Amino acid sequence: MSFIKSLLNFLSGSSDTDVKKSNRIAKTFNILKSQNRKALIPFITAGDPNPQVTVPLMHQLVHSGANIIELGVPFSDPMADGPTIQRSSERALKHHVSLNDVLDMVNEFRKTDSRTPIVLMGYANPIEAMGYGSFAAKAKQCGIDGVLIVDYPPEESEKWVECLDQQGIDAIFLLSPTTPQQRIEQVAKVARGYVYYVSLKGVTGASHLDLQDVSDMLAKLRQHISLPIGVGFGIRDGATAKAVASLADAVVVGSRIIEEIEKSTEAEILDKGGNLLNTLRKAIDEN
Amino acid sequence: MNAYDLPNKEGHFGPYGGIFVAETLISALEDLRKQYEFYRSDPDFLAEFAYELKHYVGRPSPIYHAKRWSEHLGGAQILLKREDLNHTGAHKINNTIGQALLARRMGKKRVIAETGAGQHGVASATVAARYGMECVVYMGSEDVKRQATNVYRMKLLGATVIPVESGSRTLKDALNEAMRDWVTNVEDTFYIIGTVAGPHPYPMMVRDFQVVIGTEAKAQMQEDFQRQPDALIACVGGGSNAIGLFYPYIDDANVRLIGVEAAGKGIDTNQHAATLSTGKPGVLHGNRTYLIQDENGQIIETHSISAGLDYPGVGPEHAWLKDCGRAEYVAITDDEALDAFHTLCRYEGIMPALESSHALAYAAKYAPTLSKDKLLLVNLSGRGDKDMATVAQMSGLTL
Repeated sequence: MSFIKSLLNFLSGSSDTDVKKSNRIAKTFNILKSQNRKALIPFITAGDPNPQVTVPLMHQLVHSGANIIELGVPFSDPMADGPTIQRSSERALKHHVSLNDVLDMVNEFRKTDSRTPIVLMGYANPIEAMGYGSFAAKAKQCGIDGVLIVDYPPEESEKWVECLDQQGIDAIFLLSPTTPQQRIEQVAKVARGYVYYVSLKGVTGASHLDLQDVSDMLAKLRQHISLPIGVGFGIRDGATAKAVASLADAVVVGSRIIEEIEKSTEAEILDKGGNLLNTLRKAIDEN
Repeated sequence: MNAYDLPNKEGHFGPYGGIFVAETLISALEDLRKQYEFYRSDPDFLAEFAYELKHYVGRPSPIYHAKRWSEHLGGAQILLKREDLNHTGAHKINNTIGQALLARRMGKKRVIAETGAGQHGVASATVAARYGMECVVYMGSEDVKRQATNVYRMKLLGATVIPVESGSRTLKDALNEAMRDWVTNVEDTFYIIGTVAGPHPYPMMVRDFQVVIGTEAKAQMQEDFQRQPDALIACVGGGSNAIGLFYPYIDDANVRLIGVEAAGKGIDTNQHAATLSTGKPGVLHGNRTYLIQDENGQIIETHSISAGLDYPGVGPEHAWLKDCGRAEYVAITDDEALDAFHTLCRYEGIMPALESSHALAYAAKYAPTLSKDKLLLVNLSGRGDKDMATVAQMSGLTL
């Protein structure tokens, strides 16, 4: 048994004696940088389409080339999301998937993967209901590396970031095409881990992406931000993933994966999700 | 001047309010905040607003002494602030005119709105027609069914009504959808929020546009009764008519402020919308406030006979007024509201909106406990024509 455990740990990049629990995000980006590769970050909603599939799907995504996983916490009123991610939230909520359940899933995932960073992404109210302090402590215990709460902008995040900092969890923030210069500096001060650049106006799942705009904005962002920058919103296929990877440090894919899950029967989800990720991985690595 | 001076510059009312929105909306809100900060003290803007309120809305709305009803109840005198007499039949128009004038000055050609009962949608469609702007109204598909007349009214006024099929298909989902539209079309679009909720500066701005209710009332009370009322009573969904009436009285400690929420089928059932009476603080729709939610922070579907009160949140300023003890919040059931609706029809020849009927129902409970020389000022925030189908149905009739 202990041999198998050691083997699993070895395969997932850690050892019994040296389980590095903090800063998996920074470590991941450092390794990728040394290999001259870009990060691929899939987003899935925890509990979509049912709670049993989530942990196996997370492992599948890692095997298929994911470097970090953004795990969505389902919420009844996902204001910043388009219809695709909204529906995924509704499916998960049919199974009453709570923030506690999501933390348990990460705990389960960590039993066999202590290397891949996990970032929770969601809305403020489930966190408000749990309380900053107890959330941060539990999240640390379960092996969560970063948290992005869509409706906690830096203006409202002082205590929030403090609580995460105490546990060594990264507070991840968004930047958008409408973010003005002085605000970029403000976000740079509070952001940890990586910065998520929302490449489009609008909600998740929108479909047009202007690469020149992305390129111009990233140049502007890099004047103030030394953290890696991930780009999301509007990445639909290998070609867009490849193009974005040539500009950014990480490619975030959300709605496109959820669509794949929606189209699949329960038995197909792991394969189809994995295949999509493989395609994106290959395209990104062609750069 | 006013000792009470909230929100602070970050938009907070104590721990409530704020700007809890995604990054994509921040710069639009910042722009709105700056522009509004300028125009709220710009004499030209204020003069145009006052002109429109007088000549287009028909203000000031009178205070009417409901003598026959008061006599019937046998206690305090009930006075009605007649917002139902405004153009379009409710207080909502005060706010939509203010925001439309601001939208015009900001060069926006398209306005969007969310609506529950349809009153704010109608008020938005009305001002869009008045100022020649495109108007899109988001409305939960459940509410579209409940308020067919108002839907048709909006269409007659040239607005596009988009039924929202997500979530509980009511006001909160319409708000989500309007936010999504705004995020996508922020350059040419002005989002007219209908109540004192949402991210800063909306709760403050909507309040400012509704404060005309309380300012008029204060002057009218002095002139007609040579004194101020002992209590103000107003229904609270998001709470815009209530805050409009309460605000000028916040520093008058001897005037009780009573907000009336919708108890639906009873606050001990799970079918009500009594946010302040039963909810817990949280974050939704851009602000921190009381919310009706489960133990995991998911928002729960609410119920009220009146679509305009059927909302799981409440304006952050009400949350603060509750916590600091300045205002009290009570709840009235569907049945009690319906009773008050019929009573006002029969005793005063006034058909109130079901929303306002909640305030009336509380006045009917409270007045008999007071002596006849006490004065209760109730905000009759809207007229009930829109609710006739609902009331008929509750009485087992179809029209």
